[in-house]
Amino acid sequence: MNVTTHTDPEALTLTTTTELAASLERAWRLVSDPRQLERWWGPPEWPATFVRYEFVPGGRAHYFMQGPDGERMHGMWRILSITEPREVSIEDEFADDHGEPSGDIGVTTALLTFEPIDGGTRLTILSGFASAEQLEEMVKMGMEEGMREAIGQIDALLSED
Amino acid sequence: MVVYELTDSEVDAMFRALADATRRDIVNRVLHENASVSRLAERYDMSFAAVQKHVAVLQAAGLVTKSRRGREQIVSGNLASIHHIQKLLSHFETVWKQRALQMAEVLRDDATTEAPPNPASSGARVDIPHD
Repeated sequence: MNVTTHTDPEALTLTTTTELAASLERAWRLVSDPRQLERWWGPPEWPATFVRYEFVPGGRAHYFMQGPDGERMHGMWRILSITEPREVSIEDEFADDHGEPSGDIGVTTALLTFEPIDGGTRLTILSGFASAEQLEEMVKMGMEEGMREAIGQIDALLSED
Repeated sequence: MVVYELTDSEVDAMFRALADATRRDIVNRVLHENASVSRLAERYDMSFAAVQKHVAVLQAAGLVTKSRRGREQIVSGNLASIHHIQKLLSHFETVWKQRALQMAEVLRDDATTEAPPNPASSGARVDIPHD
């Protein structure tokens, strides 16, 4: 499994690159199809369910992630742009249980770029944060969500090969 | 929390940046107090452009940050905050690494599952009742 990341603390960005063993069209469905998307958006302990998904430029999405105790964390996306099947740009933020932005913590951005490579598709994700304070708040919240356990598991998985 | 580890090339950049006496002096100064590039330039027997170059090397190595205040470029040596932000970002590195792994799992399932892909999706609004 080939995943590389690069962080830029001054620009407050994180770039993740992964090579997927699938055609461009197949890989694109990971994001265009909400049933596919919810299989990878949330951590294993906090699986995501998308209750609204308008995969069009200007469209919105509403999802929740449900924790082991049944607690739900809601989030919403604004889909800024789509260049099928190459690129999608979104804003992600915390939401109330109707999928309306809660105004907590603020907006993060993600630009997903798919490109065909030999034997598959390279996916590059550029995530952007608004401020160091926002980053700090988000990490705190993530820790409270109990996502901490996942960290060791992933690093173990990635170091296997 | 994942502890951020510098890669070899990042460590190299840091050591290269600190191998120069002027640059060490700049880091020392801005760790105590922020300074504009022009104020730093006054302290050294070299051109503004030369000082700016040194600052750029330090910046690339992650040892100082540069921000703009009006027409001035302010150099800060907030190592602690750089490392802190780096640590915070590394949390999201993990989040995205995990997502990438889960994507790979979804794709692996294609090969093992008979079930056809769910056609209800692209561009469609999907409302699922929930509480």
